[in-house]
Amino acid sequence: MDELIEKLKIQIIEQLNLEDMEPEDINAKEPLFGEGLGLDSIDALELIVLMEKEYGIKIQNPKDGQKIFRSIETMASYIQMNQK
Amino acid sequence: MAYFIADNIISSLGFTTVENFNSLLSGDIGIEKMEDADIYPGPFLASTIDKTRLENEFRLLAHKYSNFSKFTVLEKLMILSIDDALSQCQPDVKSDKTAFIFSTTKGNIDLLDKSKKDEFGPDRHLLWKMAEEISNFFGNPNKAICISNACISGVLALNTAAMYINAGQYETIVVCGGDLVSRFVVSGFMSFLSLSDEPCKPFDKDRKGLSLGEAAGTIILSEKPSASKQGIKFMGGATANDANHISGPSRTGEGSYIAIKKALFEAGMRTDQIDHISAHGTATPYNDEMESIAIARHNLQKAATNGIKGSVGHTLGAAGIIETAILLEEMRNNTVLKTSGYKNHGVGEQINVSTENSGLELNTCLKMASGFGGSNAALILQKI
Amino acid sequence: MGKLFINKYCHIKNNKVFLDGKLVFSDDEVHDIKPFLKSVYRFLKPAYNKFFKMDEISKLAYLCSEYLLQDVDLSAFNKDDIAIVLSNSDSTSITDQNHQNSISKEGGFFPSPSIFVYTLPNIMIGEISIRHKLKGENAFFIVENFDAGLLTNHINNLYLTRKAKVFIAGWVNINNDSYEAFLFLLSPCGKKYNKGEIEKVYNQHKYI
Repeated sequence: MDELIEKLKIQIIEQLNLEDMEPEDINAKEPLFGEGLGLDSIDALELIVLMEKEYGIKIQNPKDGQKIFRSIETMASYIQMNQK
Repeated sequence: MAYFIADNIISSLGFTTVENFNSLLSGDIGIEKMEDADIYPGPFLASTIDKTRLENEFRLLAHKYSNFSKFTVLEKLMILSIDDALSQCQPDVKSDKTAFIFSTTKGNIDLLDKSKKDEFGPDRHLLWKMAEEISNFFGNPNKAICISNACISGVLALNTAAMYINAGQYETIVVCGGDLVSRFVVSGFMSFLSLSDEPCKPFDKDRKGLSLGEAAGTIILSEKPSASKQGIKFMGGATANDANHISGPSRTGEGSYIAIKKALFEAGMRTDQIDHISAHGTATPYNDEMESIAIARHNLQKAATNGIKGSVGHTLGAAGIIETAILLEEMRNNTVLKTSGYKNHGVGEQINVSTENSGLELNTCLKMASGFGGSNAALILQKI
Repeated sequence: MGKLFINKYCHIKNNKVFLDGKLVFSDDEVHDIKPFLKSVYRFLKPAYNKFFKMDEISKLAYLCSEYLLQDVDLSAFNKDDIAIVLSNSDSTSITDQNHQNSISKEGGFFPSPSIFVYTLPNIMIGEISIRHKLKGENAFFIVENFDAGLLTNHINNLYLTRKAKVFIAGWVNINNDSYEAFLFLLSPCGKKYNKGEIEKVYNQHKYI
């Protein structure tokens, strides 16, 4: 799990162009949207692409994204549960 | 004064404005389920043009013109569209008092595909080049003007044409818009999760996003009204930016509200003079909600409002042109078309979305448009 | 009706930034637009994180507008009276190609929404509008070469029809060979302005 969380941090920084940010700056429990990392709606869509591209997981309903992308931790546990 | 003297629409519903209008009157829907791996790996919905008819009609047109060279699919559509509009009013296209304004978001974007790359030379995918090829075909001496401002391109091009005519710079301006359903655009909107899996439902409670369409449309504006058609003039037009988000519309309808306010100011009119609104109505949750707010902020809830994207889809750079051409036809027929796809009211404000075709004396109408980049546009037309 | 005046202009090309004709920044160490734009950002320090989300052409347009509007007080004007009129020849061709690469039949099919959204040239206008809360008239023209006549004609018309009072206008282009941004600010107060004047200041850096 910890390994997956670290990998996700790096992928998110790269995919979402979070310049000036290092993996250690991101708290895995912190909200990704709103206050936390301050991501927006296009970032949410980009995370859906990331899930499919890197982990082969298709999120059909964008509304599910709200739960899955609450934090890096929720993302990681979703990946563990759904990855074939 | 600038007058609307001729128009054409080429879409899934037909090759003239009248064909399209009649098809809309009968409630036809041109959006269909498609499977075309060249455009998208899975099934998708789109409103597309009959390409066999395009080739046939284009061959017929060849007899009328001498300077024939090779044209892309979109250029053929736009040439056919312009040719039909010109045939209704015969302006002197070879005069420097006639100008061409083009409106497109992606133009010949299908040429980026490797298989088509070398067919048309190195710069044919550039929008100014496409505009130049078409205006050269008609022998117009002025440099073609090309506007690419997302989904407000068409309305912005019409506003711009009227402004230049009002300033006395040109006697006639041919405004032509066009965009294709391409792999580029379909996959982009897919990645935005904004495509509906059924024909789109503007302003409906169950709307799930937009449907894409392809079209070419032409409207000719002139300093003199048409001798044969009901005279309709440009009263006011404006654009405004939400200054809020590059893809999401403003939650308060800010830019759209300002664009309508400024168009009314130029027209010297009050909102209670507006008989009918042709909305942008993409059927994405946010766009339609935003438009309803902008309409309500102007106290225009009672004005009969409709949109045609539930039938022809969102035709991007052509949308503002073909939807205005339909609006002109509605005015000539004193008919408000029903909004295809709309059943149950699904926006926060109680705006008056049309559910049936209905007869209504239409003197003054408003066209709205909004798009990526926070852009919004409004245009007010009136019978003379 | 009064007249419009040219208040300021900024030109970015070949790793150099000129403000009102004077060189204000250059970086000879970098050989590509990407690191150059980053280098300009580091120098300006606008603390605007959205910058990193933009594609290259929006970054270029944004930085040029940042220079143009630095220390400019537009508070006397309504936000919806400030128009942005831009132009270029290549639209968003570099980003178009990026999107195209992500949907090629040979490679994987993973279109990216954050790339696709930048395949419209007026997104540059959107980015400048968001940064400075500008809500006025917009227009993006695609034209083979920088055309002062086209821009000044459109601007004069908007001004005379009272649709805008202040204008941020110019040219922002990137293709495989070069990049260039040239923006100017016009308002009803300041120095004289006409097509010839715009051409003159644009051509100042023709051979750089």
